[in-house]
Amino acid sequence: MSAVVTSLSAGSGGHVARRATQDPVWVRWLLTAIALGFLACFLLLPLAAVFAEAFRKGAATYFASFRDPDALAAIRLTLFTAAVAVPANVVFGVAAAWCIAKFNFPGKSVLITLIDLPFAVSPVISGLIYVLMFGAQGWFGPWLMEHDIKIIFAVPGIVLATTFVTFPFVARELIPLMQAQGNDEEYAAVTLGASGWQIFWRVTLPNIKWGLFYGIILCNARAMGEFGAVSVVSGHIRGETNTMPLHIEILYNEYNFAAAFAVASLLALLALVTLVLKSVVEWRHAQAHGSGTP
Amino acid sequence: MPSSRSSRSVLPGFGLSLGFTLAYLGLIVLLPLAAAFIKTAGMSWSDFVAATTSPRVLASYRLSFGASFAAAAVNATFGLVVAWVLVRYSFPGKKIVDALVDLPFALPTAVAGIALTAIYAKNGWVGSWLDPFWASAVGRLDAALPGVAWKEWLGVKIAFDRPGIFIALTFIGLPFVVRTLQPVIEELEPELEEAAATLGANRWQTVTRVLLPELFPALLTGFAMAFARALGEYGSVVFIAGNQPLHSEITPLLIITKLEQYDYRGATAIAVVMLVTSFVLLLLINLLQKWSRRYHRV
Repeated sequence: MSAVVTSLSAGSGGHVARRATQDPVWVRWLLTAIALGFLACFLLLPLAAVFAEAFRKGAATYFASFRDPDALAAIRLTLFTAAVAVPANVVFGVAAAWCIAKFNFPGKSVLITLIDLPFAVSPVISGLIYVLMFGAQGWFGPWLMEHDIKIIFAVPGIVLATTFVTFPFVARELIPLMQAQGNDEEYAAVTLGASGWQIFWRVTLPNIKWGLFYGIILCNARAMGEFGAVSVVSGHIRGETNTMPLHIEILYNEYNFAAAFAVASLLALLALVTLVLKSVVEWRHAQAHGSGTP
Repeated sequence: MPSSRSSRSVLPGFGLSLGFTLAYLGLIVLLPLAAAFIKTAGMSWSDFVAATTSPRVLASYRLSFGASFAAAAVNATFGLVVAWVLVRYSFPGKKIVDALVDLPFALPTAVAGIALTAIYAKNGWVGSWLDPFWASAVGRLDAALPGVAWKEWLGVKIAFDRPGIFIALTFIGLPFVVRTLQPVIEELEPELEEAAATLGANRWQTVTRVLLPELFPALLTGFAMAFARALGEYGSVVFIAGNQPLHSEITPLLIITKLEQYDYRGATAIAVVMLVTSFVLLLLINLLQKWSRRYHRV
């Protein structure tokens, strides 16, 4: 059974050296058990609980949860929000990576830090700042009210808050990737007379497509699952401004656990699909470049 | 071959891409963030101090910082073991376990919140035995060492009390330490351990005096990242926390409570305190990463 736990540095030196550069078998078993136990408690158990609770009252109740018009409206709103926020951040991410990776200009490292800012901000505060901008008492509040435009407690606020929290995902994936790839292929394309768009579509994009895809799936997972920021700006109007995570909260607070976990199971599935796709991309990248993550 | 100096003129699109980047960054991120600071600038200093240091707010800081610190510390300890096991050992299903480490990044926080609550509530899979155990353990501690308000500090149950907050924050911070350490452990040179062994160190000495110091900057970076993330977390905590003012109310929840009471200034003032804390942590993490990188180049 000790073959189950093997060491990487096989075939090295004599008996003493091996003993001193490898962990003893019992240590390997103990550490593996601790690591797996910890991950089982904190990762596997919650994941299993979502599906167990969702099907607790049977498959019929489970599928009935999705015939509720409010649940369907929440699913539609979540899809719509992601469909706006993700492409917006993709365009931004590509533009930011292009100017940062292909050109030298003063203040570049400051710009990279600023792009990461939304990750450092609490989701609740990400929602709050948009209330301060567009809420009834906010900067643009009176003007918006005069023109009968609703942003806070309406769909535009949800989209804006989601765009904010998912802002860095694509850019921070592409910037290091494009920096590492360098400009040689683009220079060659210029020499051969290619136009800017031709260079981007035919040379740069094929080189970064996996990194871009990686950024998109992470961005999408967060966009569809965001709770705190959206909760602040949504107003929680059933069937109108409820995304899936907010709908889960309402059902849960009404003690409708089966339905809450049924909707939650869809988001858990999305998370699992995201992890699988992410692993596939990482695996492809490792195949192409030796090792490491994109 | 054009040199990097002339790159500006050779490749097109610099003005367009930088202009768009700055405009988008300004409109989506910088302007709204500035709104929080400008809103607070309209407050008098004494109002600001009163809003950010009332007993209820101070209690929420203590809880948020304390629980985040405890969760990050547990993540640093177990994350080190997980990263070590995932890099150095092999076992069946390792790739799946490795992929699963990112679950807290991919699983929406609200889903994590209700799932953890279901497990750790007193009729849940774990809560049904851990809850009574925790209550009696804290009760015994309280009887043995009466000087400290143990029940207040540690809570008397798991879900809907302080331990629940700690569990949720541990969940969401879990990937940071593992993912920061993994590449560093991968790059550890075998010569390092061999040299230590040649010089007569046993395995324990090699680990504690050679390997751990080598991993320390990355470990600290992961700890700081998990701590920063936990400090702002809301979604997974509100379901499991119990949310009692002065006892189990985290700072992000207090911001929402103030907003729901239309106390925009109070909410913004607390938010500014949290924002400044986050920015300082971000700066610290950047410096730690630089230190870690330099440490490994030498």
